[in-house]
Amino acid sequence: MTVTDKEYETAFGQPLRRKEDAHLITGQTRWVDNLSAPGMLYAAYLRSPMAHAKIRVNTEAAKSYPGVVAVYSAEDFGAAQAVIPDAWTVHPDMKKPVMTPLATDEVRYAGEPIAVVVAETRYQATDALEAIEVDYDPLPAVIDLEAAIGDDSPLVHSSIGTNTCFYIESPGEAYAAAKAQAEADGGVVITRRFLQQRLLPTPMEPRAVLVVPTIDDLTVYASTQIPHVLRLLLAMLTGHPEHKLRVVAPDVGGGFGGKINCLAEEIIGVHLAKRLGRPVKWTETRSENFLQMHHGRAQIQDIELAATREGKLLGLKVDLIADLGAGLRLFTAGVPMFGAAMFNAIYKMDAYQFNCRTVFTTMTPTDAYRGAGRPEATFAIERMMDELAAELGMDPIEVRKKNWIEHHEFPYTTISGSIYDSGNYEAATERAVELFGYDELKAEQKARRERGDRMQLGIGVSTFTEACGLAPSRVMGQLGVGAGGWERAEIRVTLTGKIQVVSGSTPHGQGHWTAWSQLVSDKLGVPFEDVELLAGDTATGPQGMDTYGSRSLVVGGSAIVKACDKVIEKAKRIAAHTLEANPDDLEFAAGVFTVKGSPGPQMAFVEVAAAAQLAHNIPDGMEPSLNSAYTFDPINLSYPHGTHLCCVEIDTETGFTSIYRYACVDDVGTVVNPMIVEGQIHGGLVQGIAQALFEEAVYDEAGNLITGTLVDYLLPSAADVPSFLTDRTETPSTDNPIGAKGVGEAGCIASTPAVVNAIVDALRPYGVNDVRMPCTPERVWRAIQGGQSQSGSVAKGGAQ
Amino acid sequence: MIPAGFDYVRVNSAADAVAALQTSEDAKILGGGQSLIPILRLRLATPELIVDVSGVAEMNGIREDGDAIVIGAGTTHHDVTTSDLVRTHAPLLAQATATVADPQVRHRGTFGGAIAHADPAGDLPGVALVHNATMTIAGPAGTREVAAADFFLDYLTTTLAEDEVLVSIRLPKLGAGWGTHYEKFTRVAQSWSIVAVAAAVRRENGSIAEARVALTNMAPTHLRAAAVESALTGAAASAEAIKAASQAAAEGTSPTSDLNAQADYRAELARVLTGRAVAKAAGLS
Amino acid sequence: MVSINVTVDGRSESHDVEPRLLLVHYLRDVVGKVGTPIGCDTSNCGACTVSFNGQSIKSCSMLAVQADGGDVLTIEGLAGTVETDLHPMQEAFRECHGLQCGYCTPGMIMAACDLLKENPNPSEAEIREGIEGNLCRCTGYHNIVRAVQTAAASMSGTGVSS
Repeated sequence: MTVTDKEYETAFGQPLRRKEDAHLITGQTRWVDNLSAPGMLYAAYLRSPMAHAKIRVNTEAAKSYPGVVAVYSAEDFGAAQAVIPDAWTVHPDMKKPVMTPLATDEVRYAGEPIAVVVAETRYQATDALEAIEVDYDPLPAVIDLEAAIGDDSPLVHSSIGTNTCFYIESPGEAYAAAKAQAEADGGVVITRRFLQQRLLPTPMEPRAVLVVPTIDDLTVYASTQIPHVLRLLLAMLTGHPEHKLRVVAPDVGGGFGGKINCLAEEIIGVHLAKRLGRPVKWTETRSENFLQMHHGRAQIQDIELAATREGKLLGLKVDLIADLGAGLRLFTAGVPMFGAAMFNAIYKMDAYQFNCRTVFTTMTPTDAYRGAGRPEATFAIERMMDELAAELGMDPIEVRKKNWIEHHEFPYTTISGSIYDSGNYEAATERAVELFGYDELKAEQKARRERGDRMQLGIGVSTFTEACGLAPSRVMGQLGVGAGGWERAEIRVTLTGKIQVVSGSTPHGQGHWTAWSQLVSDKLGVPFEDVELLAGDTATGPQGMDTYGSRSLVVGGSAIVKACDKVIEKAKRIAAHTLEANPDDLEFAAGVFTVKGSPGPQMAFVEVAAAAQLAHNIPDGMEPSLNSAYTFDPINLSYPHGTHLCCVEIDTETGFTSIYRYACVDDVGTVVNPMIVEGQIHGGLVQGIAQALFEEAVYDEAGNLITGTLVDYLLPSAADVPSFLTDRTETPSTDNPIGAKGVGEAGCIASTPAVVNAIVDALRPYGVNDVRMPCTPERVWRAIQGGQSQSGSVAKGGAQ
Repeated sequence: MIPAGFDYVRVNSAADAVAALQTSEDAKILGGGQSLIPILRLRLATPELIVDVSGVAEMNGIREDGDAIVIGAGTTHHDVTTSDLVRTHAPLLAQATATVADPQVRHRGTFGGAIAHADPAGDLPGVALVHNATMTIAGPAGTREVAAADFFLDYLTTTLAEDEVLVSIRLPKLGAGWGTHYEKFTRVAQSWSIVAVAAAVRRENGSIAEARVALTNMAPTHLRAAAVESALTGAAASAEAIKAASQAAAEGTSPTSDLNAQADYRAELARVLTGRAVAKAAGLS
Repeated sequence: MVSINVTVDGRSESHDVEPRLLLVHYLRDVVGKVGTPIGCDTSNCGACTVSFNGQSIKSCSMLAVQADGGDVLTIEGLAGTVETDLHPMQEAFRECHGLQCGYCTPGMIMAACDLLKENPNPSEAEIREGIEGNLCRCTGYHNIVRAVQTAAASMSGTGVSS
């Protein structure tokens, strides 16, 4: 059964199979490591085996190794090697310690690059690393977040005199009043401490960079989500003129946020190619990837929630401690702040207080990982809502219903100041309950409990929302982000009526080729097959803000739609001229211009395309081209939402936990390709489930990453996760021309609390009210033994 | 990552392998390579010489030899699990081998490699203990035979000398009346056992006449759960009796504490999994 | 250096290689078969899976010298490279949206073909276990499982085998 658009009147909204698949399923791929250039050299990096040390580097011996062309450390470049860039000034007083691409005098995390070897082959480059001599004078590791805050803690950056990057405190009077009201009226105040463990983004393709120099131009092939941002940064950092620097993101094997940075290997890669005058390639190993690609999450969350005894929320207080790692990368400091507006989620309340401390440690820097701040916030509030339900003896869905924004209340300004344009939590929840078989599973759970079965069930709820479609440039400016949030698209129309879409949004698995073709096919009435995408190359699409934060369709897609509108306006003038009609009297549908109310003459878009470029007979003064571009800057973020229900089955003798059933109904607004949307949900679900059950980057006290390979950092395989029951409701966004809301991060944000809520639900008869993530069999078993419940107080510990 | 350089010799007989090993102070034997090559890539080992025994005919294949089956050390896991001889006479081995890593690894990895590597979390040494297997080892002085019980000495350490090669493993058949089961506990499908239990039980007239139980990852080497075995001998083949006997599973063990499990949790897993493995071996569940 | 002769995707190759050269680097850097990618250092991810003498193996965990005299089939040799000439497994991955970024896909397809050769009509659980040596970070496996089911149905219907 082959699905093509010929079976549909319009490509829009259909599950068309993907255009990008043919080359991926046959191995005709262009991953960066597949590329080569004449005279190409290979680079390999020596990385610190220690978390924190003063260093002295001697590269002499390595230079005489076979095949070695050059060996460099920081001192060979001096100030010209530049610094690791950060782009988010969250607070005017925040500390911004300098990190250099190759460590200068001091290393601050295990894996930090110290020196680079360039050789004729990758084997030779790797071999010569062993000949680089480094004297390490150890300094104390800083691993424990809470200890790092103390006055007597060793410092990660002695130059700034503190390990705190910034502390933000919001006014607390309203929350104090809400809490006092709850206490006075017989309501409840619930406190919990949640630990968001460190995660490794782990795209299946590690990073890679190939820099090819010509006489005065440079082409950088990079496995990156952000070719345009990378070009700007590399130009600013290396001094190479931006207009003579081309960045290409060819096939990119996943990102999940991990590829939104500009790190040592990209910056040094430019230096190497320029110094040596030859192409230089570097390909990351998985072991390097785990140490060098930024990590995600890593927060301690102290949450306090006040509610009436009927379950109505009064107020919420959040105290975060966020682990930034050893230094600032592009969005490191902003990630915890991006979650600040999402703790209140879909709920109405009278008071909200948010305090946040960000802390430097001697671990790999953190930054955006699928969801970036929003999964952490969603986890906390959705866990608290289940705790509230349990405290009051209510059904967790009923508690949510009492508090969520009702469909008729949109648009709604939340307690944290966000304006949610649209949503229908009632419809998504009703459908999810039905799909899941909520009542049936509740009954089965009850029966198993009564029988005292070894295998017990637990049911968890997560009614999430998130903020997508990054973002209005004005908002990004207010937040201190050093970039705009627009996206650019150009529609090129060839003489034969074929379309090239130039998009600033760069794909790395999302299906842009297909979805963008569907958008254009629908707008211009041309066949789906007649649309081609040009993306991921700053030479063909010089402007763009790239791909992250579920923004591609919402922002980039909207730019395409708007650019198509401009094409149609131009085409209409030519068609009217040819048909000798007034442009205002023309209608355009299914790729054909007709005169309103007349069955007579008509002109197809493809004919207009030819007429425009032959230019033999077009209106006076009109340019002979239909090509049009549009830069779309959204007026608001978008707010997809959904209801996720998870049932876990727990072996109470061993603690082993598996997903028994998982159903979710997501509302991502208008959908262009439901097959792609469903695929995004599936993948997000497993990443979120993996945080709940499997994944954790663990450091020892000396600051070594002891989950340094896939042997110890556990990603689930197909055998470890189930199939899913999914459905959608569609409540279009009112803030963009498509009505789309974004889907890339939804599954990952929603599923983690659903799973943990289910585990805690299963264990409530044992007196358990929390299990730390990842909920390993051992942690679940210990919780059953009675060792791990929180009794309303803050547990001691940290993210160790 | 990329291995450091080494010399390489491919041999056609166990004797040639022994001779090759004697030419270097720092040689490693390469069979299927599924443990060795990742170690070489991470440069956790940088041997001077690799002796490739994968083409040695006498070390490959499965044959019947009276009351035993003899499995060449170089026989792949895949060939072991799909062998009718193994399925008939050593179903415990077939079942345990099918849980080793993943299909691709089972196509390359070898029975003898897993035995000689002696990883305490490996699946197959415990099976060798339950079967009272005998290892045939080639060395400079010819071949010698070592009982499985004497073969595993310590963490990643066996009685194999630097210049010896494991040639084959002889597994006495478990005949009629025996039931077996391998119970394995992992966090994700492809990972190593946190704890696993290999059990063989011979029933007579509704009671357990003989029981053999081996534990994986409960000490630096695999070991037999002697207290459980003696408690089971003569006990009724009932769920209650098996559960009671299994409470002794952690006796005499010295489990490690690591990312996946603290020692006390491993001890509990040993008790629970022993109960399940023995019950299934006894045909109770 | 060691001389080796290997058949790769039906073509005979002869090269002198270092003993330490990994098969996957031989395929990619020497023979030029870059369709088989590398995803880890520890043989966990399965991205580099190829067929060696008819069995799926991880080409990062085998030396090129060990392939001497053998027959390697990569994703590039599984079928033709035009859309009308796909292997049923490739076709099924596209039909069922069994890939997103596509990096795990060559290995996943080679592992899945091997699975069906041993078990032409696997259950969902057998499929999930059969591809447990291949990690995917994009799809959540849901549609990969559908793809293997679809390919199994199509291959048993048409008698096509890998």
